Amino acid sequence: MNDLRNPPRPATEVESGDSPTSESSIADARRRAQVRRRVSVYLSRTAVVVIVVGGWELFVRLKIVDPFFWGQPSGIYSQIRDWVEHGTAQGSLWLQIEVTLEEAILGFVIGVIAGVVTGIALGRIRFLADVFGPFIKIMNSIPRIVLGALFIVAFGLGLESKVILAVVLVFFAVFFNAFQGTREVDRNLTANARILGASRWQVTTQVVLPSAFTWILASLHVSFGFALIGAIVGEFLGADKGLGLLIRMSQNTFNPNGVLGAMFIMALVALGAEALITMLERRLLRWRPPQLAGPEAAGL
Amino acid sequence: MAMARGGTSSGLIQSDDSAPAIELRHVTKTFATPGGGTYTALRDLDLTVESGEFCAVVGPTGCGKSTTLTLVSGLERATGGDVRVYNQPVDRIGSDIGFVFQNDAVFPWKNVLDNVSAGPRFRGKPRTEVRTEARDWLRRVGLSGFEDRYPHQLSGGMRKRVALAQSLINEPRILLMDEPFSALDVQTRSIMANELLSLWDLTRPAVVFVTHDLEEAIALADKVVVLTAGPATVKATFKVDLPRPRVVQEIRFDQRFVELYQQIWAALRDEVEIAYARTTASAEEAS
Repeated sequence: MNDLRNPPRPATEVESGDSPTSESSIADARRRAQVRRRVSVYLSRTAVVVIVVGGWELFVRLKIVDPFFWGQPSGIYSQIRDWVEHGTAQGSLWLQIEVTLEEAILGFVIGVIAGVVTGIALGRIRFLADVFGPFIKIMNSIPRIVLGALFIVAFGLGLESKVILAVVLVFFAVFFNAFQGTREVDRNLTANARILGASRWQVTTQVVLPSAFTWILASLHVSFGFALIGAIVGEFLGADKGLGLLIRMSQNTFNPNGVLGAMFIMALVALGAEALITMLERRLLRWRPPQLAGPEAAGL
Repeated sequence: MAMARGGTSSGLIQSDDSAPAIELRHVTKTFATPGGGTYTALRDLDLTVESGEFCAVVGPTGCGKSTTLTLVSGLERATGGDVRVYNQPVDRIGSDIGFVFQNDAVFPWKNVLDNVSAGPRFRGKPRTEVRTEARDWLRRVGLSGFEDRYPHQLSGGMRKRVALAQSLINEPRILLMDEPFSALDVQTRSIMANELLSLWDLTRPAVVFVTHDLEEAIALADKVVVLTAGPATVKATFKVDLPRPRVVQEIRFDQRFVELYQQIWAALRDEVEIAYARTTASAEEAS
């Protein structure tokens, strides 16, 4: 998809063809080659899906794989359809998605803001970094997902406990990137800004923040995933609504198709969020040379 | 705005005090090295630059030329001695200073217009007023029509013009330049040097131009200061009495230019050899 935005370079005349059409015909050939390539990529992707999903279904039907443990694609499909048409045991499917998304987005936003502010503050103020550095390392090394159990008890079955768990997960991912990004700011740029008359605060907001943005945005991709994990695990540990609860109910009734169906829905949500973050990234990093802008340049 | 036209002397500068623009007396600068030792970059350095004077500083690689600039700008403090700008001791980053860095220091996330506007905006001037001024400066450096471009879309020479406009829009009375054109190719370099002279003529700031290119130094400056191999101190000062306005690309054929070149090179050569011998000696030690 990247090639849409990067038109092919003007073809250099390789042959000594002096006909006026030679240049445009080379460009044409190149465009056709690109179309061919894209078509073959899409075909291969489809083939991968067909082989994996079809093989799974086939192995189940041949009784090589036990659907009691592993579910089966057709079962997952009818499970999701059932949820869409008749709702789940704890209300409509859309309500479950909405609840989980709300928790994840709230946790994401709060975690990102806290991570960026703390990361830049500690990156800019050495004293703070020296004081809080070891504590942050300790907190980062404990498996924070376990804190979920604590939060459920302390904050109840509602929204807060899940949001806080998501915040805790998101915070560290963003914090370390913001901190590193702040440390890596080109010293020439800060020196230049100071000479031009920038105050310390102006240097932070107009030089450090934008140049750390590349780092921060890179962490957002991972951290929305973390926010979703926080919300789902929180719900799994104790909730009255949400996709995590749906997974637990399915598990309790030995329904692997339910577990996998809820997982599939989560994956769709995560992909949607990923697309939004990529859009945001493109907008904010417009100033960068195109070959460096974002991971999609590497095909991802 | 003091617009001293070419040919007139520096007397038109709005400066009531007759003090020199820059005065360094017995300046020493010592850095702590990561290994726990110290490294002396400057020792007992004396330098005076008059208001409106174009002073070039040459010396062997790594001798502490750039350190001199950071002391004058206030980015660093001297370890010993006295650094004065218009008779005021330098104790913070002065508002009268412009600094053009060796490497690109324009902000890559700002477009050309916002880059040039940065200085006055930092200093709190209203946006609309600054925009008009920035457009004026872009015209002067020949970048009209490039307002919306981002630095990565410009050539090295164009980025240097942005950097120049960005510094000059603050109308500094002192312009410090740290090998500003060393990253450019030879042709672009002499073109930029020429343009620098005509821009300098607009506001006539005092300039300290650090370079390792003696030809560039003589072509541009009123005065060439030769520093010794580090720790740097002033070895000799030469007055460049070539008439202005000068054409940088052609002045090197002038008889007087050749004489000056020979004199200054004689002073510089020993220092270059000392510095070179040191680097090869330390390379041999390391191997």
